Amino acid sequence: MSRFFPWLIGAVLIGLPFVYNSPYPLHIIIVVLIWSFVYTSWAVMGRFGLVSLGHGGFLGVGAYVTALLWNNFGLSPWIGIPVAMVAAAALAVLIAYPCSRFRITGHYFALVTMALSAIVLQVITATRDVTGGSLGYTPQRIAGGDSLFAFQFTAKETWYWIALLVWGLGLLVRWQVERSMMRYALEAISEDEDAASAAGVHVTVEKLKITALSAAMTALGGAMYCQYQMFISPDTVSGISASLQMVFASVVGGIYVLIGPTVGAIITIMLAEVLRIGFGTAAVGWDNFVYGILLVLFIIYLPQGIVGSLQAKFMGKKIG
Amino acid sequence: MANVFDIYLLEALINGVLLGGVLGLLALGLNLIFGVIDVVWICYAELIMMGMYAMYYLYSVYHLPFIVAAILSMAGVGLLGVLLHVIVIQPLLGAAPINQLLATGGVLALLQSTATIAFGIDFKNLGIRLPVIEVADMFVSYTRLLAFGVALLGMIGMYLFLSRTYTGTAIRAIAQDRQIMPLMGVDTKRIYLITSAIGGVLAGLASCLLVLQYDVHPFIGLTFGPITFMICVLGGLGSMVGGFIASFVFAEIISVGGLYLDLEWGYVFAFVFFIVMMFVRPQGLMGRKS
Repeated sequence: MSRFFPWLIGAVLIGLPFVYNSPYPLHIIIVVLIWSFVYTSWAVMGRFGLVSLGHGGFLGVGAYVTALLWNNFGLSPWIGIPVAMVAAAALAVLIAYPCSRFRITGHYFALVTMALSAIVLQVITATRDVTGGSLGYTPQRIAGGDSLFAFQFTAKETWYWIALLVWGLGLLVRWQVERSMMRYALEAISEDEDAASAAGVHVTVEKLKITALSAAMTALGGAMYCQYQMFISPDTVSGISASLQMVFASVVGGIYVLIGPTVGAIITIMLAEVLRIGFGTAAVGWDNFVYGILLVLFIIYLPQGIVGSLQAKFMGKKIG
Repeated sequence: MANVFDIYLLEALINGVLLGGVLGLLALGLNLIFGVIDVVWICYAELIMMGMYAMYYLYSVYHLPFIVAAILSMAGVGLLGVLLHVIVIQPLLGAAPINQLLATGGVLALLQSTATIAFGIDFKNLGIRLPVIEVADMFVSYTRLLAFGVALLGMIGMYLFLSRTYTGTAIRAIAQDRQIMPLMGVDTKRIYLITSAIGGVLAGLASCLLVLQYDVHPFIGLTFGPITFMICVLGGLGSMVGGFIASFVFAEIISVGGLYLDLEWGYVFAFVFFIVMMFVRPQGLMGRKS
């Protein structure tokens, strides 16, 4: 039964728009799927104790490189997105290589990567002649609205399937990592770097691989967000707030579980929406207020997150 | 390329020194907390933001004298520091350092949103305009000079406290060896509380100085926060002398970099310098090898 369960869920999700396609709920689901993918990308490495606060930077690179290439050179996102992903991965390696060589781990790693997301934010703001600075940036709309070449679609259903596909791919990648040799190597590294190295694990190579993978995935998420919303601003797709948001959602859902970051995304986005609809502009700030309390409480009492704790309770599974 | 006697360069250098004093004060509190409790308060700049709001309300709304408002704000932020320690850090003392960092990240969001909800997102300022001093065609603002002076006094006071009093000695001893000191009859819990309070008071002092130069808004912490952490890491987390030197290096880069390009580029240069330095001296300027 449990073997067919994911397939069943998948079929239901793919079929959903045929039965139900009210624009607003569909929009929320698309946003949830895109952010679930981003949070999953963060957890791919965060799960091994490589807590990065630099992912806001990778998200920004993904969104801005794609949009800038399209607006300035007419380069299709089909090429722009891979370029952005490679750029983010290169940036990740540039940071992760010395971090690994010089043993910058734990909270030092978090602080160094935090500098990276601060740099990306400042560069976007400083180059306001090109990027629009803190006012944000809009990819040029193609005449007619729909174009496969421009990766612009007006129908919510189309976006739903794209987001679903990307999210599914994200889960697949993470699942593959979790059952590969890389997982054992990285778990060994997070326990004891010296011992892992002595046992023949190439610490730097393993760390670089996972960081580059995670960064490239995050950049893809940023590009998806940009193409769907058709508007990006440095505050939403770069900087420390964006990085912390990824950490919140992933920790609340549970970083050691495949579906954890997705559950985190559902909870955080639904919370923000409920507050926004229920209280309107009076709700400004309340969503972050609740996130903040949740994060503190979860770190203290439920460091495995909601899904992780439920799994441990009902299935007797010990994870992480 | 400007020559050394370029008046603008000199002015930027002087402003850099003045900025360095305030950054040094910011780094001092954070370094103390890290050195003694071994915890990074990611929300440190948000404590400063709270102090700035306290100053705004006490001084501009309730019309208290500046000094009284300053003392009350410092006490208030000191109390916040103690609360932060008791509620968030104490339960996590045994957990992985990264968990403590993330939990204070939650507090960061909490404080930011509390400010948004309680005070609104508009910019507020005290409306104090101190004169600008003109020395040999150079303009130096009196506020910056004052901030620099008070920050320096604060740092000297801190140094005297740590080196001359019993509690100060105990604090330094804990920073050196967490395991042995309880055996020597030092109450670790009490020292942690005192340290958190001092860290908070230093943040409060910084907020009294910064509120003279900057408008308050809920996201002002993001302006000071990253730079303060980078200074601490660059100086060697926990090393107060290192943090002091690093803050002047950073301030000069920002100030002189901002002279030739935009201010944002000054920050970009400073951040890039930080990352490069992490690779040259990962343990920080004055840090010990772990």
